[in-house]
Amino acid sequence: MEQEGRKLTIQILRFNPQLEGDTPRMVSYEITEAPGMTIFIALNEIREKHDSSVQFDFICRAGICGSCAMIINGTPDLACRTLTSKFKDGQIKLLPLPGFKLIGDLSVDSGTFMRHMNERIEGWIHDIKADEVDFNKLEERMDPDVAEEIYELERCVECGCCISACATKRMKDGFLGAVGFMKLARYALDPRDKRSDSDFYEIVGDDNGVFGCMSLLGCEDYCPKDLPHQTQIAYLRRKMLSVK
Amino acid sequence: MESLLKDTVKNSRIPARLDFLQSGTGLILGLFMWVHMFLICSVIFGKEMFNLVAGMMEAKFLSSSGHGWPILVVFAVAGVSAVFVVHAALAIRKFPHNWKQYKILRQHVKMMNHKDTNMWFIQFITGFAMFFLGSMHLIIIMTNPEINSIASAGRVNGNVMWPFYALLLICVELHGTIGLYRLCVKWGWFIGKDAKKSRKRLQLLKQALSVFFIVVGFWALTAFYMIGRQI
Repeated sequence: MEQEGRKLTIQILRFNPQLEGDTPRMVSYEITEAPGMTIFIALNEIREKHDSSVQFDFICRAGICGSCAMIINGTPDLACRTLTSKFKDGQIKLLPLPGFKLIGDLSVDSGTFMRHMNERIEGWIHDIKADEVDFNKLEERMDPDVAEEIYELERCVECGCCISACATKRMKDGFLGAVGFMKLARYALDPRDKRSDSDFYEIVGDDNGVFGCMSLLGCEDYCPKDLPHQTQIAYLRRKMLSVK
Repeated sequence: MESLLKDTVKNSRIPARLDFLQSGTGLILGLFMWVHMFLICSVIFGKEMFNLVAGMMEAKFLSSSGHGWPILVVFAVAGVSAVFVVHAALAIRKFPHNWKQYKILRQHVKMMNHKDTNMWFIQFITGFAMFFLGSMHLIIIMTNPEINSIASAGRVNGNVMWPFYALLLICVELHGTIGLYRLCVKWGWFIGKDAKKSRKRLQLLKQALSVFFIVVGFWALTAFYMIGRQI
């Protein structure tokens, strides 16, 4: 007979800003741990068996979409990639990601933030000669090492963990944040993007940009995709300092 | 007004220069504190050794009378004070600006318990403390430039000043070593190919240096205190 799993106590911050008079409060739920259980599975069980009104986001369940990011026992992470077995005492506290507009309970609107961020850094290839492209000619080849490097930075899933982990961003709302620096570094690397360093300086060359970063490296330490934030921000900082 | 409007057309290069200047002044002060500590530590080897080192700072070996020029100390302190003021003025930009920001910071530090964020919080607190402690020390030395074991011991032991120096020592060493570590990760110095591994090593080195300087600092402070008791 299969041995019954241990009891988990999951505390969730419940608050629906849409409901008039609702106030934020922590609510505890007890569930039985199953083998290989993730926070995402646990949340589904709570919604199924305890309270169908608990709000949280998810799409892919495999760490690809970045929707289920939340604060798990004090630090930001993806619910679908965090095993409950990681917490030896069986006590798990879940909070919504700070730094984003709260939709309700654990669900936040990171989409609007990411859209604004992408517009701010103009996260697309800039080439004034793009209209003159001859489609009958072969594209210029890209060095495989450069392609590999771009791909590495392209892995960002815009989950928002770096934003919530950053004390600078939490204190200063206008600060761009690591996700923006990562995206910008990706375009700065891309030979198809014809923007110059001074063009990039216009986007991140101030205290809301790379010179506002205090190098606390929450972004580096809590990025679920292990992106090289520290290296990229240092690279951008040096690059932007050298702009005449 | 004209220059403000110009900044809306084209980003000013000043923030880049200020960031670099903050790092640069921090580097100078951090390394100066290492040298300072090694000079001070000569007292551990006895009064005579300390007097010899202090005499060298006043260029006693160059004067025929053997008295040296304490004015050299005044110039050195004035130079350090200038760097200190510039660094403080630039660093204050990073402080929380209002109660709301401070509350967010406190809550964030408590919730995350993240090493580098905690270290920055220590830097913020010690930096704030040094606006006062550092300034007091610089003024004391600038107005009494003659340095010898008796004068220094009097500074530590007289007027119950040792708690002031103990506090200053802890603030300087924590702020300085954390600051130098942060400079490395901020600009990507000594990072090599594996940034994560190098950062771990830098953290360990930072830890070791903090402990080393605080221990030898307290050792020197005790030595001054004991000399002061004999006066």
